[in-house]
Amino acid sequence: MAILIKGGQVIDAGRFNGLADVLIEDDKVAAVGKSLNLKSQDKGQATIIDAKGKLVVPGFVDLHVHLREPGFEHKETIKTGTAAAAAGGFTSVCCMPNTNPVNDNQSVTEFILEQARAAGNCHVFPVGAITKGSEGKELAEIGDLRRAGCVAISDDGRPVMNSLVMRRAMEYALAFDLPVIDHCEDLHLSEGGCMNEGLVSTELGLPGIPPAAEEVMVARNLALAELTGARLHLAHVSTAGSVRMVRDAKARGIKVTAEACPHHFSLTEEAVQEFNTHAKMNPPLRTWKDVQAIKEGLRDGAIDIIATDHAPHAIQEKQLEFDAAPFGVVGLETALPLTLALVEEGVLSLEMAIEKLTAAPARVFGLAKGTLATGADADVTIVDPEAAWVVDPARFRSMGRNTPFAGWKVKGRVTHTIVGGRLVYESVS
Amino acid sequence: MSLKRKDLVSIASLAPDEISLILETADSFKEVSGREIKKVPALRGKTVVNFFFEPSTRTRTSFELAAKRLSADVINFSPSSSSVVKGETLLDTARNIEAMQADIIVLRHPAAGAAATLAKGVKSSVINAGDGWHEHPSQALLDLYTLREKKLEFKGLRVAIVGDIAHSRVARSNIFALTKLGSEVRVVGPPTMIPTQLDRCGVQVYYDFDEAVRGVDVIMMLRLQLERQGRALFPTIREYARLYGLTAERVKLAAPGVLVMHPGPINRGVEIAPEVADSFSSVILDQVANGVAVRMAILYLLSGANG
Repeated sequence: MAILIKGGQVIDAGRFNGLADVLIEDDKVAAVGKSLNLKSQDKGQATIIDAKGKLVVPGFVDLHVHLREPGFEHKETIKTGTAAAAAGGFTSVCCMPNTNPVNDNQSVTEFILEQARAAGNCHVFPVGAITKGSEGKELAEIGDLRRAGCVAISDDGRPVMNSLVMRRAMEYALAFDLPVIDHCEDLHLSEGGCMNEGLVSTELGLPGIPPAAEEVMVARNLALAELTGARLHLAHVSTAGSVRMVRDAKARGIKVTAEACPHHFSLTEEAVQEFNTHAKMNPPLRTWKDVQAIKEGLRDGAIDIIATDHAPHAIQEKQLEFDAAPFGVVGLETALPLTLALVEEGVLSLEMAIEKLTAAPARVFGLAKGTLATGADADVTIVDPEAAWVVDPARFRSMGRNTPFAGWKVKGRVTHTIVGGRLVYESVS
Repeated sequence: MSLKRKDLVSIASLAPDEISLILETADSFKEVSGREIKKVPALRGKTVVNFFFEPSTRTRTSFELAAKRLSADVINFSPSSSSVVKGETLLDTARNIEAMQADIIVLRHPAAGAAATLAKGVKSSVINAGDGWHEHPSQALLDLYTLREKKLEFKGLRVAIVGDIAHSRVARSNIFALTKLGSEVRVVGPPTMIPTQLDRCGVQVYYDFDEAVRGVDVIMMLRLQLERQGRALFPTIREYARLYGLTAERVKLAAPGVLVMHPGPINRGVEIAPEVADSFSSVILDQVANGVAVRMAILYLLSGANG
């Protein structure tokens, strides 16, 4: 099978940016160039896509999603989560280990990979747990997790509080060259908190999570990364202080990478007004100053990538009282337009924005993804950058409807998603 | 006259003229409570449900009396806090009550925002009788009524609110109410109990009680939640009482004729010295008496909007 994508603006960040055709043969990129033609034997059964006025880019890579399976299939399954990914232009997603059971051993990893293969919507790269049961005490069998297919380790929303255990995990991961991800949160400082500690939490009488709850752990992790030489990746950076520390650490040569989520650069704590549980996530929405700092970090490279922290929940769970409702918002199907808004605003160039969704995340976890180089896996996303649409959660492929962006008028839409040479998603209109 | 609103969930959302309307309406109901037959037919045939997820004697009884004096049918419903554990959401429980044709639901709930959530989900009127640390609007209104009854002008009135501001819905509602009406509000307490950026809510923050109390017309004491000891908010009740307890000496630093208020129940000898609680300055029992009249006014005005 072959696919010829004609006449789009091809952006393969750092390698190529210009009008070109992309030729896919079987599951690989065969060529990128002007006036490409199908091989004669492919004519007749090949798909030709007219991409005039569109962007043709490597499939997006999301280093931070929650697919909920096994254990929480009422929120999302691997099948629905990867369908949402494809609809959002993502061809590779890295799923966090906070399932039930926790992905702290080879058999859970294998189960996830098997479900992902069966669904066939996109590539899934599991993230294994740092400690058994993510309890923060004993190391998980990290070597086994690596061999089974895990691409990084994290205890996700149950961050390793014991600094010695974290040090040992970083050291041990060196043997496998695995990135160690931390959701930076001092659980004592954040205890009971359900939104940013600030003016809005004071007005609403909601217990707050101070920026320092994140920053003290960022500082700790940077010190441990310096001590051990480990590859540290900081999940969902949300505060100006964290951005500043990461920038300084990078300047000093510490091996650290960082991600930011679209909700953290698109919204502030004000979105929580009226006790809106769809604006409740962890880390919480912060202030205008923090949003500016994250944008600046994305621009100057302190923040390497954009990740969604896609965290679906059932409708009834988000209908609870604000403090009882679970943390998290879905993100796979809104990430593209929110990222393109940064281009519109002048924060990022178009090529930088695409890089933060493709080549950069692939580099951070060492995935052979995020490029349209000849011979690369044929994971390609086609985007209509001018298409305006209104976010309607009822139309999500994800089972999760928990988005703070419902009703937003946005610009930029995925029209085609190709995974391994197969067209897995095509927008209807 | 009626309030042009279905619910009363916060003081923050009330306009000053709505506050005035409630206080003026309470005047006529205060008179009812002084009669031999303390009853008017204003809410005959209406059903009021007291829906209390937290223990409360004072507020629940006050709403119950208010509803009965208006001739409404009153049901007290106090689900155990385990009903959430059983899987029924607040909204589902409330819809059950609504299905029984409740006209007004009076909600007390440990979660901030519970009343707002409920108000959006049901057709009945919802009155917030305290939601977590957020608001307790009927308490603030009865406090205002008490000040007004003592012939105090809100504009320029100097009020000190003292104690655990961070965890107090009474403090929040009073701060929002008094600042809306032009009073000068000082809050006093240990820094651990002052919520962040409170100064941006139009109040002055003090940590020293003696300094804050100088020249004030009103001192509102808050109840110290004794169970908060051990949460690193204050070292001991002994030290708290020394620094933030209202003594007769501190009352003398205030303006002549100062009024002392407390939403109750009081911890004698902790936040308020017994001789102060029982002194001529204290209007604590007036607050309780006025609570019924103000709640009658709220029920009456909302039922008008609803019916």
